Amino acid sequence: MAEVKLLGTWGSPFSLRVEMALKLKGIEYEYVEEDLSNKSSLLLESNPVHKKIPVLLHNGKPIAESLVILEYIDETWQNGPSILPKNPYDRAMARFWAKFLDDTLAEAFRKTFASAGDEQVKAKEQVQELLKFLDNELKGKKFFGGESIGFVDIAGNALAYWMEIFAELAGIEFIATDKLPHLCAWMEVYLNSSFVKEHLPDREKLVDSFRARFQKTG
Amino acid sequence: MASNEVKLLSSWISPYVLRAKIALNIKRVEFESIPETLFPKSDLLLKSNPVHKKIPVLIHGDRIICESLVIVQYIDEVWASGPGILPSDPYDRAIARFWAAYIDDKWFPNVRALLVIEEDEAKKATLEQITEGLVLLEETFTKCSKGKKFFGGDNIGYLDIALGCFLAWLRVLERITDVILLGETKTPLLFKWALDFSSEPVVQPDMPDIDKLHEYSKGFSQRLKAFDKKKK
Repeated sequence: MAEVKLLGTWGSPFSLRVEMALKLKGIEYEYVEEDLSNKSSLLLESNPVHKKIPVLLHNGKPIAESLVILEYIDETWQNGPSILPKNPYDRAMARFWAKFLDDTLAEAFRKTFASAGDEQVKAKEQVQELLKFLDNELKGKKFFGGESIGFVDIAGNALAYWMEIFAELAGIEFIATDKLPHLCAWMEVYLNSSFVKEHLPDREKLVDSFRARFQKTG
Repeated sequence: MASNEVKLLSSWISPYVLRAKIALNIKRVEFESIPETLFPKSDLLLKSNPVHKKIPVLIHGDRIICESLVIVQYIDEVWASGPGILPSDPYDRAIARFWAAYIDDKWFPNVRALLVIEEDEAKKATLEQITEGLVLLEETFTKCSKGKKFFGGDNIGYLDIALGCFLAWLRVLERITDVILLGETKTPLLFKWALDFSSEPVVQPDMPDIDKLHEYSKGFSQRLKAFDKKKK
């Protein structure tokens, strides 16, 4: 029988992405909660390059990087709903937007949180310009994946849930309904969809852990 | 435009464009290369890639695809009857994707930094990181190639394209810094791989001439530095 193990942490959106994919496909797996201040030897052996979670172990063979893992899951377990679209152009668009979320948008958010005063204002504008692209992408669609949650929606978990919490803690508002109506609508439907809702980590617990982290870095 | 015409917004200096070209060559797809001026960027580029404003941009009929590795996978999937670019086994595919992401996210930024770093200590540290990365890639090569010529085995594959596209720039940087980055001593397998890769018929005609690229790089560093300053 195929053995599937996930090394993750409860508060990580990247770890949650993999859990969402596994649950979408109905795959049974063993979850191992990693203590990042005391990484297990299994984690260090399985991901020696980055030493990060999530790591998926399938019959002992490790795969790292959440988006790589998502594609692996989609290609290996072909029964159940598809994570990526079937059509090559739609797949290209899904990969493009997922990369946009993780590279371009994430960097822009980071810059905003790391800056202050005028610089922060500029950085925030940059984020909003980027969010406008996402907003446009959602026109006429319930999810990025169309009628049902797909690759980009799963990758969008950090934006939909974690970013909102960071923003509140930092006292910055990024997403206003009048400026980004489709993105707001997506967040609402996405976070309230039963599939997503039941797997999100507890908000209070996350806020507490971030508050501690924000205070440490000042 | 005919529904199946293929155009590529390109530049002879761009390793990312080279990725797309190699993929198209592997699949024997006829395409029109539209040279992009870059400084300043053309209207066509700004219209077709408003998010990143970067090349390559693949225009296939009425479909526009951006981001080099996304383009390579698109080419692999659309022209599925040609030689495969990504491995056929899902686990091997995951490994190829993992290392391509490593090259782009962790390794190449150091290479790019070499063009703009002025201070000696920082330069030295960056050079070390580049070499360390290549040693890691040498190990990966051993595992993926299984004794064959390329990461992809007998034929060039995804990871070959992801790394090989940087070879000309790597050689130019070796000249500029007077340091061997991809050498026979520390990375003998990759050293040989580089020669094999560069001489492949699907690569060789589009690989930039190193003398020409070296000449070009002299003005390029200045522009890169100015660009980076503006971005901050």
